[in-house]
Amino acid sequence: MITAPQLEIAVLLLGMAILMFEAFATRVDKRVLAFAAIVGLALILIASFFVSPTPSPDRATGLWNFYTADKLSVFFKQFALLTTIFVLIMMIDYAPVVRASFPGTTDGLGEFFSVPIFTCVGLMYLVSAVDFIFIFVSLELVTVSFYVLVSFTRKNPVTLEAGVKYLVLSALSTAFLVYGIAWIFGATGQTNLQRITEALANPNTDHSAALLGVVLVLVALGFKIAAVPFQIWVPDVYQGAPTPVTAYLSVGSKAAGFVVLLRVLRPFVTLPQMQRLLVLIALLTLIYGNLAALPQGNLKRLLAYSSIAHSGYLLIGVVCLDGNAVVFYLAAYFLMTLLSFAVLVIVAQQTGEQISDFDGLAKRSPFLAFAMLIGMVSLAGVPFTAGFLGKFFIFYAAILQRQIALVVIGVITVGCGFYYYLKVVRAMYWQPANKAEDIPISGLSRLAISALIAATIWLGVYPQPILNMLKR
Amino acid sequence: MILFVIFCPIIAAILIMVGAPARKTALAASVLTLAAALFLLASFQLLQRDFQHVTSFTISPEWHLSFSTGVDGLSLAMVLLAAIVTLAAVWFAGKIEKYEKAFYACLLFISGGAIGAFASIDLFFFYAFHELALIPTFLLIGIWGSGNRIAAAWKITIYLAVGSFILLLGLILLYQSVPAASRSFDIRALQAAASLGQISADAQRHIYLLLLIGFGILTSLFPFHTWAPEAYAAAPAPAAMLHAGILKKFGLYGLLRLAIPMLPEGARHWTNLLVVLLLANIIYVGLVTIAQKRLDWMLGYSSVMHMGYIFLGIASAGILGVTGAATMMFAHGLSIALLFALAGELRKRTGTLIFDELGGLAKVMPFAGLAFGLGAFAAIGLPGFANFAGEIMIFFGAFKNGWEIGRFHIFQVATVLALWGVVISTVYMLRAYRKAFMGMLNERWNGLVDLRTGLRVPVALLVGALLWYGFFPQSFVRMITPAFRTYLTANK
Repeated sequence: MITAPQLEIAVLLLGMAILMFEAFATRVDKRVLAFAAIVGLALILIASFFVSPTPSPDRATGLWNFYTADKLSVFFKQFALLTTIFVLIMMIDYAPVVRASFPGTTDGLGEFFSVPIFTCVGLMYLVSAVDFIFIFVSLELVTVSFYVLVSFTRKNPVTLEAGVKYLVLSALSTAFLVYGIAWIFGATGQTNLQRITEALANPNTDHSAALLGVVLVLVALGFKIAAVPFQIWVPDVYQGAPTPVTAYLSVGSKAAGFVVLLRVLRPFVTLPQMQRLLVLIALLTLIYGNLAALPQGNLKRLLAYSSIAHSGYLLIGVVCLDGNAVVFYLAAYFLMTLLSFAVLVIVAQQTGEQISDFDGLAKRSPFLAFAMLIGMVSLAGVPFTAGFLGKFFIFYAAILQRQIALVVIGVITVGCGFYYYLKVVRAMYWQPANKAEDIPISGLSRLAISALIAATIWLGVYPQPILNMLKR
Repeated sequence: MILFVIFCPIIAAILIMVGAPARKTALAASVLTLAAALFLLASFQLLQRDFQHVTSFTISPEWHLSFSTGVDGLSLAMVLLAAIVTLAAVWFAGKIEKYEKAFYACLLFISGGAIGAFASIDLFFFYAFHELALIPTFLLIGIWGSGNRIAAAWKITIYLAVGSFILLLGLILLYQSVPAASRSFDIRALQAAASLGQISADAQRHIYLLLLIGFGILTSLFPFHTWAPEAYAAAPAPAAMLHAGILKKFGLYGLLRLAIPMLPEGARHWTNLLVVLLLANIIYVGLVTIAQKRLDWMLGYSSVMHMGYIFLGIASAGILGVTGAATMMFAHGLSIALLFALAGELRKRTGTLIFDELGGLAKVMPFAGLAFGLGAFAAIGLPGFANFAGEIMIFFGAFKNGWEIGRFHIFQVATVLALWGVVISTVYMLRAYRKAFMGMLNERWNGLVDLRTGLRVPVALLVGALLWYGFFPQSFVRMITPAFRTYLTANK
């Protein structure tokens, strides 16, 4: 019988094995490593379906009382594994760019393929963490590996800028996190989330100190999920980082951030101040993300702002404390974002990252154009795609709780979203092509993109599989 | 069979994208769709009030969400309209210069989406199918449009997207307004809950307002109408036919299907507002229509104006008025499609639709002149055309509403004002006919050729349907009134 902690250990061992192999087998084509990693992760993914989740999210499993293996965490472990697999597939397509940035040597590619595995371990631990200490440690594992990944093609000044920005701001947010944990610990004497809940129920606890602590924690998590006003780093880092890493940041890092947010907020939701603060943050995030995305001409930057905007919709779900809506939205977001980035990786190497570089893509590669079309309409929220159902569940929760302000702003910003996502569609279908030649796609990428398209539409028509997974 | 009607256009669109010959597949699919719709009509049980030909696949048991389709008289009429207009639009499309496959695929997606929306019994799919048309419309206007196509494409897309999200809020609120035990996306179940009085009056007012704004945007109710003329002027003729002919009826259909039966209290509460808005549609937009200097803009505005009559029928909330509204929806869909088709043919031949540059075209294009004349007469509401049947039922229905009070009431005043709309539409339609087809023939147009024999078939189809229902409105009324009788008597 497989238990949940064994999954992380297996991934960790896989990462180490690949790193060691890379160090000693210098002659091998480094892409073999990526294939090995994909196969290994896929096996672990299959194994994860045999893990039986423990019924209650708050009862810790086995040896440790800071680790939970509830349904939510198992679901997100699979989510992290799947994300990493898709990111590795994108990395294989992206390998020529990385190689070109290290002229004359074959350096680097091995680490490029193995560091994401360690990030994956961090994400998997993070979604299981129910103790602030463990949250902190796994969050750092994720962040440190992202320091490496973001600035991987360091000869490129834009990437270097992105790396430094990410490093500085990330370190700052970590400091906030530790400080916040210290306040909470000071007020309640506990680091375990369950015990904190119990301590807060005690009238002798100093609630304002705990509140200050959780606000500081919120700052750090706001940085992770790119919520306004902690979103400043997002556009530059997303634009500068290697594209697969951007995809990883916007999907993996964000999903983990939201899971932690849902867990951390649970003890504090009874405090009315918290609710008001979250509503405000959600409103600002929605408005900023959507309005700032409107004028963008660079697709990667556009996706960065769109990622802020989607944080806003997810935050509506968090405000309403509808975990299932958030999780479904994240699953939909995962599909459509990876789909868009997968096309971007391939097209950007032929032409560029500007939206105008997508001009006439429908003529040059109908398949890629159709994939991008599905990605964009799903991000915009057109029915029969996963993105629509995500928004549907979020709005459903908001209307049920009569969050009028969020609903009104949400609908207006959806209108903005239609404009900037359809800008990409317009470029691909209306505009004449600058170049005529076809765009080559590797078999693996074609398979991955087809799978993502199929999944986006399938979930948009038949959401029951995810809903079943979330049912207790 | 009902699934075939919905999915025939959609599957054909997918086949075309994959590589089937565009025009042939599209024509075959639309002929098959019409045949299947006629089959549904033939096997329809007139006296039965429930939905017929129901098929249902469960999607989500805990949300009570299922893919259910079926038709009652009202939705069957709309499906029939969609099938007829689709065939005409595809037939008129002819040879397309660039991206022929994508063009036909977009047309079929719009048509499949509209038919799906009309034939859905499930609220979720009712909404989702309508949205299927959004992106194809954007592409159709953007790629193949003329004139100010870029602005028009953005405007219609954003307007409709926001409108449909407002609508979505209304639908979610409707779903939540019934007690948790009976929550369902099934329209029949919601209807049952509503007739038990489970939707509170307060909730009804909120939901009705949201639905009115949402459906109003989709149907170009004043003041949300500005997207329509611009988009129809810029759109290629087949797209304008489908959109003005079928898709715009979705909003009205939604009001008839959801708002009138389930939210009688909401309808009563907002009647005065709706009457003012619809009068603005008729009088204000009517006057704007007279001022137009281009045929395509004039047709676009006229289609906005005629929505006012239909809203009047819906606002009257009596069997007669509502039946008139449904008849008018059907008739207007056919007549506006015919007019847009002919305008498109004129644009193809002359390259302009400015009235001052046209003139005397009936000399060189006698058949087009005749067809346009018939379409214009139908749009005015001359007796003998289905439009007349619809208008007269609407006017009588609206005038009768509240008559028992014994004095002129808002509805009587509204009817009197709306009747002037007939005069207004006579002015602009006959003026357009005179300027384009009568008078001196401009020398430039001496070499124009009339519609080919092939193109006369869809014209005959549209005119034939208009005349059939104009002379025998009873065949239509018998089909749709049972659907209304279920709830309009239940409520009163």
